[in-house]
Amino acid sequence: MHEEPILKVRNLRKQFGSGCSHCANLDSNRLEKNYCTVCGTVYAVRDVSLDLYPGEILGIVGESGSGKSTLMQCLYFDTDVASGEAYIQTPALTGTNVFELSSQQKRSIRNHDYGMVYQNPVHGLKMNFSSVGNIAEKLIAAGNRNVGEMEATSKRLLGNVHIPLHRMKEEPRNFSGGMQQRVQIAKALSNNPPILFLDEVTTGLDLSVQANVLDLIKKIQRELGISMIVVSHDLAVIRMLADRTIVMLNGEIIEQGLTDQVLEDPQHAYTQQLVYSLL
Amino acid sequence: MAMLEIAGFEKRFTIHHLNKVMPAIKDIHFSLETGEFIGIVGKSGSGKSTILKSIYRTYLPDHGKMMYDSSAFGVVDLAHITERQMLHLRKYEIGYVSQFLNVMPRTTCRQLVTNALLEMGSTEDVAGEEAEKALAHFEIDPKLWDSYPNTFSGGEKLRLNIAMATVKQPRLLLLDEPTASLDQQSKMKVREIIEKLKLNGTTLVGIFHDIEFMEGLCDKVYDMQTRKMAVGEKVGVGAES
Repeated sequence: MHEEPILKVRNLRKQFGSGCSHCANLDSNRLEKNYCTVCGTVYAVRDVSLDLYPGEILGIVGESGSGKSTLMQCLYFDTDVASGEAYIQTPALTGTNVFELSSQQKRSIRNHDYGMVYQNPVHGLKMNFSSVGNIAEKLIAAGNRNVGEMEATSKRLLGNVHIPLHRMKEEPRNFSGGMQQRVQIAKALSNNPPILFLDEVTTGLDLSVQANVLDLIKKIQRELGISMIVVSHDLAVIRMLADRTIVMLNGEIIEQGLTDQVLEDPQHAYTQQLVYSLL
Repeated sequence: MAMLEIAGFEKRFTIHHLNKVMPAIKDIHFSLETGEFIGIVGKSGSGKSTILKSIYRTYLPDHGKMMYDSSAFGVVDLAHITERQMLHLRKYEIGYVSQFLNVMPRTTCRQLVTNALLEMGSTEDVAGEEAEKALAHFEIDPKLWDSYPNTFSGGEKLRLNIAMATVKQPRLLLLDEPTASLDQQSKMKVREIIEKLKLNGTTLVGIFHDIEFMEGLCDKVYDMQTRKMAVGEKVGVGAES
């Protein structure tokens, strides 16, 4: 078995602030967590490398401030990286560091190869467009022009995420948090992306709604074989979804392994604390 | 070549919080051939489960080799293969069964067994059919097939666990105290099931604390106390009872 990762990330760094002589040498341990006390620079993501394989769900856990959401935003081109490389295994992009592409090319990757579901639906949806319109927007971006077809696709996708037919033309701002999240997932899936990013998608939802969204994600993986990176601070969510898990702390990967191994035999002091805190 | 060969295996647990290193087990050596059933006996706390969990990579081994003759990759050291390779082996070759049912919530008994087959690439029809066969084979009441296993009895959960592991026809099946907390009648059922698996040619490693149960079932017994393998008759010597 020789498999190529569908997404390969190497030495990704992201900082907020310009750095100073005190913290410029990244190898020296002169930061307070990931923060330079002299110039105030935050080293949000520090030298992160990871592989995402076809059809798998890769979990990323860590406390707030560990850099997991920033990492996702970097991968989805919401924000520029300081340095690093990412390679997507598609015929058109093989061997290209996607961080070096023009913003137009990045947009094309977002339209064709990526889907993103944010913790806050406000970031992923246009709240004053209808639900069908939201999905059509993404379909148009992906090059679709046939109105009838787009409407049919939108309805099918919204049906898949259990939005009742009679509410499909409604604006998501009228929906509950769980429904908004499901519309967001439908929108993210509309261009059939091989790679899907899910950032704290169940955080803040009540348990039964959370269960719905998790079942939906699992179903998507099983039926569509989409590769996903799932970021969460909730170990229960990670345990249920992810095959492999990465643990981040202060912008760095401190541990990775099979999910059950990370949970049952954690190696790093922080991961142990995290796991022992589990109720 | 043996199907599985454990040599010089050692596992410690480092607990950073307490600044402690707990030695779990060391100097474990044993091997088994295709189609054999080896039982591991020993006091509770002697590290029996640690061996099984390390073979399955739920625990990370510290030292030693665990050579496994896989059909996907040839002979590999389970202690050192990549995570993706381990996931592949778990999916297609190595099964793990314990008395605890650890499954996706809100999934029916039937769906759990079907999913096990679907993830191996079976079609929906075949998977559904095979799942029913397995559930019937392990004598799970058809009334339970379309309900969630949360409320199942210990014996039913165990049989569902075994059904989920064995529909995949694993080459190597790890049984982690499957009879703990079962009554005599359920134990006999498990015994029958293990006999059936053996007949099908499955290689098994099992942990049992109850010696009687193992009698006549295992080809070999590895004793955690003496670190020795007993074959056939001597089964059970020096174990807890």
